[in-house]
Amino acid sequence: MGLFDKFKRGLAKSRDAVFGRLTGLFQGRKLDEGLYEELEEVLLLADVGFETAIWLVERVRRLARETKATDGAELPQLLQRAMEDALADNEADMKVADSGPTLYLIVGVNGVGKTTSIGKLAHRFKNEGKKVLLAAGDTFRAAAIEQLMEWGNRSGCEVIRHSQGADPAAVIFDAIAAARARGADIILCDTAGRLHNKANLMAELSKINKVVERELPGAPHEVLLVVDGTTGQNALLQAKAFLEVAKVSGMIVTKLDGTAKGGVILPIVREYHIPVKWVGLGEQMDDLEPFSASAFAQAICQPDGSSG
Amino acid sequence: MLEGLSNNLQKALSKLKSKGKLTESDVQEAMREVRLALLAADVNVRVVKQFVDKVRERAIGQDVQKSLTPGQQVVKIVHEELASLMGGSEERLRMAAKPPTVVMLVGLQGAGKTTAAAKLALSFLKHQHRPLMAAADIYRPAAIHQLEVLGRQIDVPVFSLGTDVDPVDIAKGAMEEARKQGADVVIIDTAGRLHVDAPLMEELSRIHQVVPADELLLVVDAMTGQDAVHVAESFSQSLPVTGVILTKLDGDTRGGAALTVRAVTGKPIKFVGLGEKIEPLEVFHPDRLASRILGMGDVLSLIERA
Ligand SMILES: Nc1nc2c(ncn2[C@@H]2O[C@H](COP(=O)(O)OP(=O)(O)OP(=O)(O)O)[C@@H](O)[C@H]2O)c(=O)[nH]1
Ligand SMILES: Nc1nc2c(ncn2[C@@H]2O[C@H](COP(=O)(O)OP(=O)(O)OP(=O)(O)O)[C@@H](O)[C@H]2O)c(=O)[nH]1
Ligand SMILES: [Mg+2]
Ligand SMILES: [Mg+2]
Repeated sequence: MGLFDKFKRGLAKSRDAVFGRLTGLFQGRKLDEGLYEELEEVLLLADVGFETAIWLVERVRRLARETKATDGAELPQLLQRAMEDALADNEADMKVADSGPTLYLIVGVNGVGKTTSIGKLAHRFKNEGKKVLLAAGDTFRAAAIEQLMEWGNRSGCEVIRHSQGADPAAVIFDAIAAARARGADIILCDTAGRLHNKANLMAELSKINKVVERELPGAPHEVLLVVDGTTGQNALLQAKAFLEVAKVSGMIVTKLDGTAKGGVILPIVREYHIPVKWVGLGEQMDDLEPFSASAFAQAICQPDGSSG
Repeated sequence: MLEGLSNNLQKALSKLKSKGKLTESDVQEAMREVRLALLAADVNVRVVKQFVDKVRERAIGQDVQKSLTPGQQVVKIVHEELASLMGGSEERLRMAAKPPTVVMLVGLQGAGKTTAAAKLALSFLKHQHRPLMAAADIYRPAAIHQLEVLGRQIDVPVFSLGTDVDPVDIAKGAMEEARKQGADVVIIDTAGRLHVDAPLMEELSRIHQVVPADELLLVVDAMTGQDAVHVAESFSQSLPVTGVILTKLDGDTRGGAALTVRAVTGKPIKFVGLGEKIEPLEVFHPDRLASRILGMGDVLSLIERA
């Protein structure tokens, strides 16, 4: 099942799907100020945030002028195009090492879905025929290592681990050595959840990053920030802070199988130019899809898949 | 962005110079900025609208305190209303007439239920109770292990039956175990679930039918955005939620979801989570969160001094 279908399914489950309203609500009405005001509200309800909501409405207004659209029924298409514009340079491909193992570092605040996303990625890469190692870099949270080991079991990938309380940088150091020794293609590094406003934890992350850079030239090939799709405007502050200490190169947006629309990625992509690489759509191993800006915009704007 | 908002607010407020009673235009102007502040704090758009309408009505015609400008006066009223909306009700936990008291924690994935279970257990322990935690999350990898590690840390027993047993039976078993051990509080840690996941929501109802909770607490991540409204609606419609635990307030989120959840469920926020370390849960201070949601530190400290 593709991204689009899963989103549709998600929207169907919601009685009050934010964007689901778009299609019905605006039919048979004129594209006028009142309608644009309502559109702004719909966007705010999707966590797009005030500035990006205004940006999008402005864009829709311009597109309407250009296409001489006057009917409210055309709004979903126009908004879809505006969103695609906002996500225009979203490059979803993952960087790979020229030679030797590729290392991906997974970071984010607490409970967003880092470990689960690693399990899903491991499964995916394994299915592509790659040899994958998991590094249990969360040595802090209770049972974080056991959780990753369970994902290692499920995906059939080896987990490099120390015990709870160990230095995460040392775990990753070992994982790199193991990957070299075993000829692994990909190392997926889990890290402990950390709030971006905690200086000591962010310093630890920066240290992990440095060890990776030193031990494996060219690495980390991607630093993926996991963002919980139900998060509001705080996600912007998360992106900014993680970008500063760990040179985030992409995002995984999780929990989009519920009613949250993850609209906060729009300002993040627009303001910080961090592309969305993957979306999480459930708790199972195959509930991860590559991100596609047009599929996302379409799923959001025209959940019934009508035209466009 | 946040500073931008309060700068705008300062500007808007300083323009209002009339003294005496708050006029309609005073209020109108200030409320526009208040609305923006609430939206930036992730209060649900509809909750903002209701709130702003109500406060606007209340504010017009009120006397302006000598030391305040009309704009500051409006913010003062907004702040009071926010605090009173979020607080007010009984915060203490309801204890069963006949122990063990049952506390059940529910919420979305990753909200902080398991952590809150341990913190709550520690709070009970500190008040001379004998808590027992029940591991009713059979889905998340290593969920039971996580609870067991936390239980060992704080020296609170954990009841589990593995992952192949219906959570209803785990809850039942925990009650028997509590009676046997003389534990007077049972804290049930449930699996995270989406509010739209009908079978899993049904599972919670079944647990509650068999082991009725004296306190059924909805655990909500303070960073939640607009979707908090759906979460609060769904959980409180399918279960008799008695209160809310707001987690991860040690971050820099403005935490407007709290207002949304309070407005939707009508249930009090009983505790807040302020970190990953297992420490007793902190009680909720509506006035502090009101200031935080408004994000108008300067204005508010001015007002407090007035
Ligand atoms: N519905 C849904 N749940 C998810 C998704 N991704 C993760 N989860 C759940 O979210 C919860 C937290 O996931 P974890 O992978 O443990 O999150 P984490 O970021 O590693 O958490 P910490 O290590 O504690 O910071 C778990 O219950 C997961 O099953 C998703 O895409 N959809
Ligand atoms: N900073 C901070 N982290 C918290 C707080 N409460 C919980 N956490 C962290 O958030 C993450 C998720 O917490 P859990 O207690 O596992 O959440 P849960 O709701 O049980 O998750 P699931 O069982 O997967 O649904 C962990 O990394 C916790 O350490 C809090 O108040 N502040
Ligand atoms: Mg983790
Ligand atoms: Mg849990």
